[in-house]
Amino acid sequence: MLTPTSPVESPYSRWPAGVKLALVAGLGMVIGALSHVALLAMALALVWLTFLPVGRAEAARLPLRLRPLWPFILVIGGWHILRGTPDVGLAVILRMLIMVAAATLLLLTTRFDALLATFSTLFRPFERLGLPVERIALALAMAVRFIPVLSQRAADLALAWRARSARNPRHRLLTPLALSALDEAERSAEALRARSASV
Amino acid sequence: MERTIAYVALFAALIAALGFMPRIDLVAGVPITLQSFGVMLAGTVLGARRGALAVLVFVGLIALGLPLLSGGANLWTVLYTPRIGYVIGFPVAAYVTGWLTERLTGLPLGAAAALASIGGGMMALYAIGIPVAAYMNEFTLQETAMGALAFLPGDLVKAGAAGLVTGQLARMRPGAVLSRTT
Repeated sequence: MLTPTSPVESPYSRWPAGVKLALVAGLGMVIGALSHVALLAMALALVWLTFLPVGRAEAARLPLRLRPLWPFILVIGGWHILRGTPDVGLAVILRMLIMVAAATLLLLTTRFDALLATFSTLFRPFERLGLPVERIALALAMAVRFIPVLSQRAADLALAWRARSARNPRHRLLTPLALSALDEAERSAEALRARSASV
Repeated sequence: MERTIAYVALFAALIAALGFMPRIDLVAGVPITLQSFGVMLAGTVLGARRGALAVLVFVGLIALGLPLLSGGANLWTVLYTPRIGYVIGFPVAAYVTGWLTERLTGLPLGAAAALASIGGGMMALYAIGIPVAAYMNEFTLQETAMGALAFLPGDLVKAGAAGLVTGQLARMRPGAVLSRTT
């Protein structure tokens, strides 16, 4: 449910995650320095073309994936037109579309564990400076594990409320939800203590 | 140490779960999401250091591409949008909120937590979010600040809720509200 990786094998799936990450970061820096609308539009077209090896279906789905950006496009575009700087607004919108498209491609073709491993490697040098990389990786993995648990708890609480009342629960579910997070944390801490002394 | 890891992980998960909860339309069709409420709560319940760590773990998850920001976005999809400033500001907001909660000991916990949420979850967050959004959109600071006014009522409600929930949690699990116990 959580990971957006495409089930389709593509040439990019075999590229190392670090290389893809560096390419996306590099692209971000390049387009950050560009302000020429025509060049940015060309960059967007190029990013779209790089979707083709993943399959035409994914390339065709890209506009759909970019649809949640509409409110930003309307506000940014509208305001820049009102203040008489439409070309600046267009450049801002194009940069946004390029980065979201590139990130979508990265995530479609890179598995979560590959990205986590790359990040751990990237941060390894900081271990000498006292950054507890192992503990951070453990916290990340535990958080991933507990997101569906807490989402389900929220849904259960809402259901229990609706079974008893016709009114909207509004803020009344927040305390029980936070309470179950605290209790779950206490139990997990106990489980961690029971299993290892070295964390 | 195990306790810190567990609380940090669970609060990161809580912030994510709050992002999945349906948006509430406050006055005039301005939707408010519960994610920033989660950031405030991390500070008021866990305190400055652990609260900021919990939010950093959440930011780490969205950096790994998980679509946990409200609306199904991750760090990469908001990188070049006005939202990025608020995402960067989240850990700082939790830290300031926790720092204030730890120090406003003269007040009842609920009131202290609500005030701390206004100071950290709103003022500190805006102080980072507004300049970054202005830079990203190439708007002026005044224009962006005017736009941010739309979020003010919702954020005030969330700060109040954070105070209320923190007070209730302290009554039910006194030992678990780390901002006041350690």
